[in-house]
Amino acid sequence: MENNLTKGQLTWLVVLRIFIGWHFLYEGMIKLLNPNWTAMAYLLDSKGWFGQMFINMAGNPGIMNSVDFLNKWALVFIGLGLLIGCFTRLSCIGGILLLLLYTMSHPALIGAEYQLPFEGSYFLIDKNLVELAALGVLFVLPSARAIGIDRYLIKILPAGFNKFII
Amino acid sequence: MEKDNKKSNPESAQGNKPRNIGRRELLKTLATVPLLGVMAYGVARTRKTKLLNRDISDVFKLSSTNAVYLQPQAGGRQIRIGLIGFGIRGNQLMRAIGFVQPSYIDTLIEAGKKNPDDTRYDEFKEQDDLNVVITGVCDIFDVYSEAAMLAGSNIHKEGTTGKFGPAPKQYRTYQELLAADDIDAVIIATPDHWHGTIAMAAARAGKHVYCEKPVTWTVPETYLLRDTIRDTGVVFQLGHQGRQTASYQKAAEIIKNNLLGHVSLIEVCTNRNTPNGAWVYPIIEGSNPQTIDWKQFEGDAARIKEYEDYMKSSKLERYMGPDERSKFSLERFFRWRCWWDYSTGLSGDLLTHEFDAVNQIMQLGIPASATSSGGVYFFKDGRTVPDVLQTTFEWPDNNITMLYSATLASSRNRGKVFMGHDASMEVSDILTLTADRDSERYAEKINQGIIPTDQPFFTYVPGQSKVDAVTSATELYFAQRGLLYTYINGKRYDTTHLHMREWLECIRQEKTPSCNIDQAFEEAMAAHMGTRAYLEGRTMYWDKTKEEIVKG
Repeated sequence: MENNLTKGQLTWLVVLRIFIGWHFLYEGMIKLLNPNWTAMAYLLDSKGWFGQMFINMAGNPGIMNSVDFLNKWALVFIGLGLLIGCFTRLSCIGGILLLLLYTMSHPALIGAEYQLPFEGSYFLIDKNLVELAALGVLFVLPSARAIGIDRYLIKILPAGFNKFII
Repeated sequence: MEKDNKKSNPESAQGNKPRNIGRRELLKTLATVPLLGVMAYGVARTRKTKLLNRDISDVFKLSSTNAVYLQPQAGGRQIRIGLIGFGIRGNQLMRAIGFVQPSYIDTLIEAGKKNPDDTRYDEFKEQDDLNVVITGVCDIFDVYSEAAMLAGSNIHKEGTTGKFGPAPKQYRTYQELLAADDIDAVIIATPDHWHGTIAMAAARAGKHVYCEKPVTWTVPETYLLRDTIRDTGVVFQLGHQGRQTASYQKAAEIIKNNLLGHVSLIEVCTNRNTPNGAWVYPIIEGSNPQTIDWKQFEGDAARIKEYEDYMKSSKLERYMGPDERSKFSLERFFRWRCWWDYSTGLSGDLLTHEFDAVNQIMQLGIPASATSSGGVYFFKDGRTVPDVLQTTFEWPDNNITMLYSATLASSRNRGKVFMGHDASMEVSDILTLTADRDSERYAEKINQGIIPTDQPFFTYVPGQSKVDAVTSATELYFAQRGLLYTYINGKRYDTTHLHMREWLECIRQEKTPSCNIDQAFEEAMAAHMGTRAYLEGRTMYWDKTKEEIVKG
């Protein structure tokens, strides 16, 4: 598929991948380095259809620990994957799922007031969803097979990995 | 990639550049990896400037221990409780130890069905079992008395269709209840003018006492009560459940570690803005001279005499009545807090909570002087107690002033603020510290930009273990809205429940509760000084040696 990309298309896809990867990785690293970080307050502030589900999760210390652990490391690995172009498709899927969860917890609904408000004005579509859509683009146009570790991985891993992993 | 391929083809065609191809392949494979170095630099810088530099442990020494509570011991004996008074507060106290009216459970279940977010029923069911049984109840209003029996028998915490345990015995007078052998301890939730009398009688009967605040209605009975509790050795707890507020324990540690510098002024307040908040409680259906024992409501003869003696000798007759004490009145029965004839006013009802919190945090004891002013400025419904009150307590030996201000006609909250030379501390369920811009202790950190002065630099929320760094903006934002750590180990505790649990455990483990008779004595005398200062319109002083309130 990458063979059909012009140099310009490839360049911008790689730039987009780096930017999103960079964003994920830094978010993950900062949370990892702060021993007191927890998503509890964020989850307690959930609204919308799935709000109560997230609030219940925040009320259970066991679940909360797992949520914090998974969120931090998922951000780091997704970010790393996108940045160096390693298992890029899997990273895109992971990123989309994570962003979907954030959106479900904090949907940009009219009348939903959050403790930490959005920094702009949004209705339904917020920056998380824009990033989610961009990850969709990166999934269908896997630039890392040209620029990235996947360029090597695609040669050594069985073809079965191509669909959802690299 | 088309162009790429075209470019690379000639290279491979030459067939002598495998190393070049390898290098090109390697470059394309690892092209973005060097960015990790930039990322690592950024993360390291962030860590140094944002995370590590917030460390202030050199000037801010505070332990990471959380609130300590007397824990129930396994195998503790069951305590048999007698309840005296089942009005609004009596209901709340019974709920805190696990007993509510079945009809109330129905309401909670119904509310939960309508609104899944309303989890009060689940929370009540999950409340720890305190291993008590209600064996006797007493209320002078038949409706309350019947309700108390139902609540006492609702041992499975069920609604009206549920199964009940044996009903507690119903007593017409507190004397009969106190004479019962199957009662170990009593909860007193009567109007103020009965607190001291019943508490003394209970202690003399060998019953342990949990008494609602304020502990006394008159000054003379305060001495009598203290002597009686000391002589009988019963376990006494005064109902200031604020004693169990986790942030107050942390506040006491902050004061002890001198993290505020010298505290010169403390500001506390009461803010309410509803008729209910101003004690205009509903008249309950079924109340009439046949269902209310008015004679008992009037009060104990000795207390009434002490009250009348003081009021008359100080020429304060205008604050008495205006109704005859013997005249039946539903308003006076249900809204007794509005008249000095039964009440201790804002001073006894609400200032005492604030005073006790300050006393718990700073251990100041009875103030050297009290000055008050105020009046009936909003609820002109015939009440004699003020609805706006300012009281100033001073401790010249400690160079401290406490200013209490209250209005029952505005809900503007002004916090509980301890103003120190280096920082001020605002205490509620959480605690925040704001550095003073002219602080000496924090001067260096302020100059370095590590400690801000325009917003709190430290926030404590129960359950939190971090105490050595400046609170980040996000944490602060959530904490101030009470969202962080509202659950301790996944469970939210009611302070009244914890306060009563402490009393029960002290009975079992033969210990002294946090709001014991000495604390109660200080609470009562401070409140009486504030009240007398208001009534007499002059500063009242505390003679430490004679332990007496003297006029200024």
